[in-house]
Amino acid sequence: MTEPVLEAVDVVKYLGHGPGQVQAVRGASLSLAGGELILLMGPSGSGKTTLLSILGCILSPTSGTVRVCGQSTAGMRREEMARLRREHVGFIFQSYHLFPTLTAADNVQLALDVRGEAPASALRKAEQALAIVGLAHKAGSFPRELSGGEQQRVAIARAIVGNPSAILADEPTGALDSQNGHAVMRVLAQIAKDRSHGVLVVTHDPRIVEFADRIVRIEDGRIVGEERGGAGLD
Amino acid sequence: MSLIFRLSSRNLFQDRMRFVATVIGIVFSIVLVTVQMGLFLSFGRMVTTMIDHAPADLWIVPSGTKCFEDPSFVDERESFRALSINGVAETLPIVIGFAQWRLSSGGTTPVFIIGSDMRTAGLRPWNVVAGDLADLAIPGAVAIDRSYLGRLETTGLGASAEIGDQRVEVVAVTKDIRAFTTTPYVFTSLERARASMGTSPDKATYFMVRLAAGADAETVRGRLRKILSESEVLTPDEFRGRSRSFWLFGTGAGAALFAGALLGIIVGTVIVAQILYSSIKDHLHEFATLRAIGSSAMYLNKVIILQALLSAAIGFSIASGIGLVIVAATADTALPIIMTPMMSLGLFVLTVVMCVSSAISAIVQVMRIDPAVAFTR
Repeated sequence: MTEPVLEAVDVVKYLGHGPGQVQAVRGASLSLAGGELILLMGPSGSGKTTLLSILGCILSPTSGTVRVCGQSTAGMRREEMARLRREHVGFIFQSYHLFPTLTAADNVQLALDVRGEAPASALRKAEQALAIVGLAHKAGSFPRELSGGEQQRVAIARAIVGNPSAILADEPTGALDSQNGHAVMRVLAQIAKDRSHGVLVVTHDPRIVEFADRIVRIEDGRIVGEERGGAGLD
Repeated sequence: MSLIFRLSSRNLFQDRMRFVATVIGIVFSIVLVTVQMGLFLSFGRMVTTMIDHAPADLWIVPSGTKCFEDPSFVDERESFRALSINGVAETLPIVIGFAQWRLSSGGTTPVFIIGSDMRTAGLRPWNVVAGDLADLAIPGAVAIDRSYLGRLETTGLGASAEIGDQRVEVVAVTKDIRAFTTTPYVFTSLERARASMGTSPDKATYFMVRLAAGADAETVRGRLRKILSESEVLTPDEFRGRSRSFWLFGTGAGAALFAGALLGIIVGTVIVAQILYSSIKDHLHEFATLRAIGSSAMYLNKVIILQALLSAAIGFSIASGIGLVIVAATADTALPIIMTPMMSLGLFVLTVVMCVSSAISAIVQVMRIDPAVAFTR
């Protein structure tokens, strides 16, 4: 394993205000190295997604430290956080969040367009990313023409096309059947190994533990345990 | 086509009903503004049409004259005084006023007489489509516009009629010399005009001043002002300005037209703003996703502004087409709607400003968007 690409130290996060305020994360520490696939597992409401959002520079911690490729996010403004995400983090969402009016290639290209990459180069990279997830032949298809598993693989291509240091996936198999879920996890594990991306997957799907290098368990906002995963690609 | 343009245009066209509503809002607004501004322009031109066609370098007008149709009088002595000034080549009297035209069916209808010396370079009719201007020098000869033939119950060229119990004969027929008051203009000789209205022969409504070759208008005007005690000396531009100011703003007509245009802009802006806002709300997850994958606020704003600009371009194109139809349809009416290239350019800029302003509420909403929304199911 290499140096951490994402690191959270003693992170605390309160959500909401006044009497409705809740402490979603209570002093969690976690690091993600390049080439590593971690599963962050826990029951609903345990703070998984909040911790993922903090590590992905979408939310700022109430206290504690977050570093992205060694760079602390303390005191950063919204636009600086957006720049960090653009340069270092790729996201995969449970509901894919593909743009229905754009083709698969356009959806992937979008991650480069927001970085200001030239259209010709962006298109070439988008096609390569689709090839990595096995969907080169679907580049011109619209999301409605793709199955759930294919849509999630397009979302993976969008996450990796900018060659980020870390890929954060929120329940990537949550909306998929077992076969498609395994196919998606296989792609993510392969990407972690081949391209040395750090991959953090938030899930409560026990069917995919075999793909993890590490499994980190979270409950009530606290990291309560860690174990080695199967890390199986075969 | 750039990706951001594809995203904007497809988001815009995705919900066809909403897109149609947006375009209708813009078209309604711009057509309304076109009509109001077209009327304003047309009205502005009509109230100065006599001044525009008069061969005057300067005008001697009764003190306090507000517009061309103001029938006060200047004494002829003012004209003689003016002629004594170095730089004045000639002074040409004009007599205007209302008279009664006797209809062939009985009864009368008011007409607006323009009396001028028809043998020299007076204020003579233009756009003559029948007859000869030279015949206007014949006693009792008049020229009328063809658009008023029915109203005056006359057949036109060669027809006889009576104005103020005096017989006249139509010797020339014009086109497009229409009065915004809808009272028909009748061109005739100075003598017949005075006789029709009972005006003293030593009075005139205006004197048009023709300058000698090489004379400076401002210098001559200064000299005239010093010696003319009962009248004012105006340049044609000043006289036009007074007429416009009186009819467009003094009467409230211009303010009403502007108010109509403003209403159109406000209604259009509100409609487009509301529709853009609801469109953004419907695509909130997409904008949150864009934000989550690292797009800058500027990128999101570009998507929205492009949608607004596209709406503006499409709405303006349709509104322009409708505007041209309206212009053609009103061309032969008493108050035709005018569209000039400058007005079209101004309307395009207005459409763009309106649509981009409408995008502000949507932009504010997107600026506040929390990328964490992308994690909600």
